[in-house]
Amino acid sequence: MAIFSMAWQSLLNRRFTALLTIISIALSVALLIGVERLRTEARESFANTLSGTDLIVGARSGPVPLLLYTVFRIGDATNNISWKSYQDIAALLKVAWSVPISLGDSHRGFRVLGTTPGYFEHYRYAHNRQLEITKGQPFSDLYDAVLGAEVADKLGYKISDSIIVAHGASDVSFARHENKPFRVSGILARTGTPVDRTVHVSLEAIEAIHVDWQSGAPIPGVSVSAEQARTMDLTPKAITAALVGLKSKVATFQVQRFINDYPEEPLSAILPGVALSQLWNLIGIAENALLIVSAFVVLVGLFGMLTALLTSLNERRREMAILRSVGARPGHVFALIMGEAGFLTLLGVLLGMALLYLLLLAGQPIIESRFGIFIELGALSPYEWILLSTIVGAGFLVGSIPSYRAYRLSLADGLSVRV
Amino acid sequence: MVIDVANLEFCWQPKAPMVLSIDALQVSPGERLFIKGPSGSGKSTLLSLLSGVTTASAGTVRVMDRALEQLSSVQRDHFRADHIGFIFQMFNLIPYLSVVDNVMLPCRFSARRRAKALSRGNGLKAEARRLLQHLDMDHPDLHQRAITTLSVGQQQRVAAARALMGSPELLIADEPTSSLDADRRESFIRLLFNECHESGATLIFVSHDASLQHLFDRPINLTEINRLTQDKVEI
Repeated sequence: MAIFSMAWQSLLNRRFTALLTIISIALSVALLIGVERLRTEARESFANTLSGTDLIVGARSGPVPLLLYTVFRIGDATNNISWKSYQDIAALLKVAWSVPISLGDSHRGFRVLGTTPGYFEHYRYAHNRQLEITKGQPFSDLYDAVLGAEVADKLGYKISDSIIVAHGASDVSFARHENKPFRVSGILARTGTPVDRTVHVSLEAIEAIHVDWQSGAPIPGVSVSAEQARTMDLTPKAITAALVGLKSKVATFQVQRFINDYPEEPLSAILPGVALSQLWNLIGIAENALLIVSAFVVLVGLFGMLTALLTSLNERRREMAILRSVGARPGHVFALIMGEAGFLTLLGVLLGMALLYLLLLAGQPIIESRFGIFIELGALSPYEWILLSTIVGAGFLVGSIPSYRAYRLSLADGLSVRV
Repeated sequence: MVIDVANLEFCWQPKAPMVLSIDALQVSPGERLFIKGPSGSGKSTLLSLLSGVTTASAGTVRVMDRALEQLSSVQRDHFRADHIGFIFQMFNLIPYLSVVDNVMLPCRFSARRRAKALSRGNGLKAEARRLLQHLDMDHPDLHQRAITTLSVGQQQRVAAARALMGSPELLIADEPTSSLDADRRESFIRLLFNECHESGATLIFVSHDASLQHLFDRPINLTEINRLTQDKVEI
């Protein structure tokens, strides 16, 4: 014990270099645990891009493509679902709610999604959070549009602004639905999900802007005005996909099988959670790379300590000889340097964690509003404990190098003190 | 006998040339021995052997009736901690410890000296202060000062207090006065004598400065008793 209090006093005596070493370890620890925290929360938030929905139904395809175009607005559907099939599914006894989705149009690079008001009620993200309209209200008129936060931000739209929807996904589309402009009726709060980049309109509006269109082009010579369209039957003939909520999770696979075996049309029903984690596995390589890089940064921090301790040894040979003369064994000399390495590592880890929590506390609101990732300031996860104990273990391992060298030196030098 | 060296031979490695060869050297309890040893006379080697840092290649080195070469290196470290106090030429002190902590240092490594120091009845700190006081280092301010701000003479007196802490039987001083002014040397030695006398310690004082040897009970010239350097003296 006495030798460790000496190690402590020795560090205090060299507090400037010791502090620098501690800070470099602290920064690397904060980085590593910070990356781990962010990566866990990002994965969590990704997995929660869509929650509360039990099944996504679309034309027959794989889970990932279906997920990509229904949730992430990436790519296009290969086929549609007929309105009748959707009605059949929606009417199933075990289905609690269903929200139809119609995609295919865009507005200046942002996808336009046709849906029902039920979308705002049932779409959930990040631990069951509901979409929130910060300004205005959901669509009440046929030509009303509700904008995602990013759409409104980037394009600078306010309530009651008029927007023109283009046919297809291309920004430079020459085919615009110019005779049927929309009015911005509401703007959603930022969610950190693809909802932010979406223009929402009613399913009927999608139908209305296409009454005088056929096969992706205006029918020559036929023009139906916005007002004329209001009087027509705007029940859609087909939709792109549907989000389905069930009364009981137990029925999930039963309903999924019913949809997959639906005799009148080839359909697919996927579990969003499973598909999301499949997709994460694809894009999760980057986060692993990030973690590995941070681990190397920690290693660099520990090597800083190694350098500091090793370079100090030569000037401390006299100290070792004095210690030997008052009865210290070479083992004591080993323990002295080891104690110093231990203190440096432990203090580095502690300071690093304090720094990280401080940063998270300060950055939490910013990260949440910018990226929609909510970082919890909770206790350390078991994995973080493992990481931290590994760092401390590595610190002791690295510390054993100068300790062993001091041990050898004090054996060789004995009491002879060379200046 | 506190020290009894017989037929001692020493070389650093089995095949290397011998550096020290002494037929006999005996020191009795309470004696104040002056060893005159110019550099190259095997002075550091002899001190290493007496303190048990190294062991004889042949012959025996008995300190307080213990043959050091028969002890393991850990036992020798314990032995040194328990029975021997050291004073070096200079830079004797651990820079990051306080004056009092430096004096108490031997008690961290030797339970025996700790017990002896405590047997004075006033605790380790009080005992350290008592010794410092005896060595004219009794100003409380000095005890709080950083080691590096003390003068060389003050440092040597702190080192002496440390060597005497816990009353070891043997005190080895390796050129302790060579960094002091001539007029301070004698007063330092007188202080050392007083303390050794009080605790009954045997003092081995090594120096190349023959002008000090008249103060001691007995002077020895290492060049003369080391057979490897004897011839050179005669020629």
